[in-house]
Amino acid sequence: MSFILFAEQVLNGLQLGVMLFVMAAGLTLVFGVMGLINLAHGSLYMVGAFAAAAVAGLTGSFVLALVAALAAAAAAGALVEMLVIRRLYNRDHLDQVLATFALILIFSEGTRWIFGSFPLFLNIPDYLSGPVTLPGGIQYPLYRLTLIAIGLAIAGGLFLLISRTRLGIQIRAGENDREMIAALGVDISKLYTIVFALGAALAGLAGALVGAIQSVQVGMGEPVLILAFVVIVIGGIGSIKGALIGAILVGLTDTLGGVLLPELFKTFMDNAAASSIGSALASMLIYILMACVLIVKPTGLFGART
Amino acid sequence: MKLKSLALAACMAATASAGLADGHAKLKVGMITTLSGGGAGLGIDVRDGFMLAMKQAGDTGIEVVIEDDQRKPDIAVQLADKMIQSEKVDVMTGIIWSNLAMAVVPSTTAQGKFYLSPNAGPSALAGKGCHPNYFNVAWQNDNLHEAAGAYANTAGYKKSFILAPNYPAGKDALTGYKRQYGGELTGELFTKLGQTDYAAEIAQIRASGADSVFFFLPGGMGISFLKQYADSGIDLPVVGPAFSFDQGILQAVGAAALGVVNTSQWNKDIDNAANKAFVETFSAEYGRLPSLYASQGFDTANLLISAAAKADVKDADAFRAALKAADFASTRGDFAFGNNNHPIQNIYVREVIQEGDVFTNKIIGTALESHQDVYAADCAN
Repeated sequence: MSFILFAEQVLNGLQLGVMLFVMAAGLTLVFGVMGLINLAHGSLYMVGAFAAAAVAGLTGSFVLALVAALAAAAAAGALVEMLVIRRLYNRDHLDQVLATFALILIFSEGTRWIFGSFPLFLNIPDYLSGPVTLPGGIQYPLYRLTLIAIGLAIAGGLFLLISRTRLGIQIRAGENDREMIAALGVDISKLYTIVFALGAALAGLAGALVGAIQSVQVGMGEPVLILAFVVIVIGGIGSIKGALIGAILVGLTDTLGGVLLPELFKTFMDNAAASSIGSALASMLIYILMACVLIVKPTGLFGART
Repeated sequence: MKLKSLALAACMAATASAGLADGHAKLKVGMITTLSGGGAGLGIDVRDGFMLAMKQAGDTGIEVVIEDDQRKPDIAVQLADKMIQSEKVDVMTGIIWSNLAMAVVPSTTAQGKFYLSPNAGPSALAGKGCHPNYFNVAWQNDNLHEAAGAYANTAGYKKSFILAPNYPAGKDALTGYKRQYGGELTGELFTKLGQTDYAAEIAQIRASGADSVFFFLPGGMGISFLKQYADSGIDLPVVGPAFSFDQGILQAVGAAALGVVNTSQWNKDIDNAANKAFVETFSAEYGRLPSLYASQGFDTANLLISAAAKADVKDADAFRAALKAADFASTRGDFAFGNNNHPIQNIYVREVIQEGDVFTNKIIGTALESHQDVYAADCAN
């Protein structure tokens, strides 16, 4: 394998990783701060993508589409938090899983009602389309580079939000001891709504950004949701830093594993069998990675909880 | 459940009074298809095509029960058991995905019921595993891919890069392409089923030195691939089966698909009266152009109606012979079953074009004439 191909695959892994991070950041905050398992996070991703596709179709502006994705997902998140999730904080995880699973079904069928069963069109804007040539002669799509940049910017922004702002202090305090910060006069239910809406907005943004290069269709969130859960388990629940490192680890493992394993098998097998077995093994790699991390660090790489 | 009663109501309304006058329907069809989740567009097209034919036929005494398998094999199996044991259906149909068909079809035919496949045609059911009561009205899985391979030869491609998802139909796809294609392969990849990001595969295509790309990625997978491929700056010609270029998804791919060559047993411009009427009535009824899946559902229903008019389903031998005769006006024109009850038909080469605001396909040639699958030879029917 040439250097150029390898470098391109590393970039692909990184791009998958940062988008997973944007998705996982909200999930890990909600889980960390509220102790809530939110299976409907993937639906918010879908809501963002559909909102973006609808607005892009109406106005033709990609930036407006992204704004719409953020707004629609945040609004859906806040609404769901106030109507449903709020009743689940004191229930056990099984009830939460059941209720949020129901939300997945409601969101999916609701979206189908509004938009129909056929995938929607959402495309990259002209100014971001096409490849650019990077140093070393690597041809790489500009849009994917933009995704990496946006993802890293969000990571930076979240880091500042959590470590430098009053809201961040409250979030961190809520993670450690929710009764105590309630006793100190912080409006905990407002805090929860804000955190949930923030997580939802990030998921919606990820959906819109990724939707432009994939297909905007009902059920698009669930496969990503599974990866996002793997990311937060590897990174440690509640840790933004963990989510970033976990996401990039998962992105690189998934991409490079999928490329290198079949190559490895080809050295001693025929082509068709090697690519079949190699791909099968590659799709297990991230779960093997998760298992290994959990054996060494049962709370995840940066998990505080025991 | 609601869906089922709705469909029942629609069907009762369509079949008007005769079914009621008899007190019970002459023939009961169980349709299990994908109506929710990622692959729903395909199942909905098959159902709509099927129900359109039922509606047009008017009073046939055929009752249809429709259920959603959610693209999950375990649910399909449960529904099939329920339909056969408590609904007492005579004929089953509807399944889209080959892995679901493998879970349902053998047990259905083993219980003496008929199965008419409007889509999935796994190789395992066409050769040694064929059954006299199993009819495939669409194609054997390999067929469209074989046609793509044949087209690659005529187009002069010498170094193809091929990829498909890692599931039964994906393997049939690559096997089918390689069976006809005469050049060498610069790469052969299996992707994950349901994969949405093809950056890694596209990078490999770029580095492989290929002169053409063949891919089989049905539904949303194809949308993702084509958009990402168009954005990657690679300009190698792409060829594929119709599944990534059907009417339901072309609008979502947009201009990225323009000019791409694909192979299909059906297109809306096939010139015969049945097809013209089908395209017109389907568009009028549902407000969208039909896809090949809709044409398959439509043909399946018309085959069933033609057989039910000739023979009573309780007389299995006569009904089987009536099905085998395929005495109906297919949207594809000439249509006949081979010894393994799979179609012998022309497979066309189509090109994606733009008509006004709508992206659609146009036939530009015939890849394979009166083509039969290779597995037929192994079938002892």
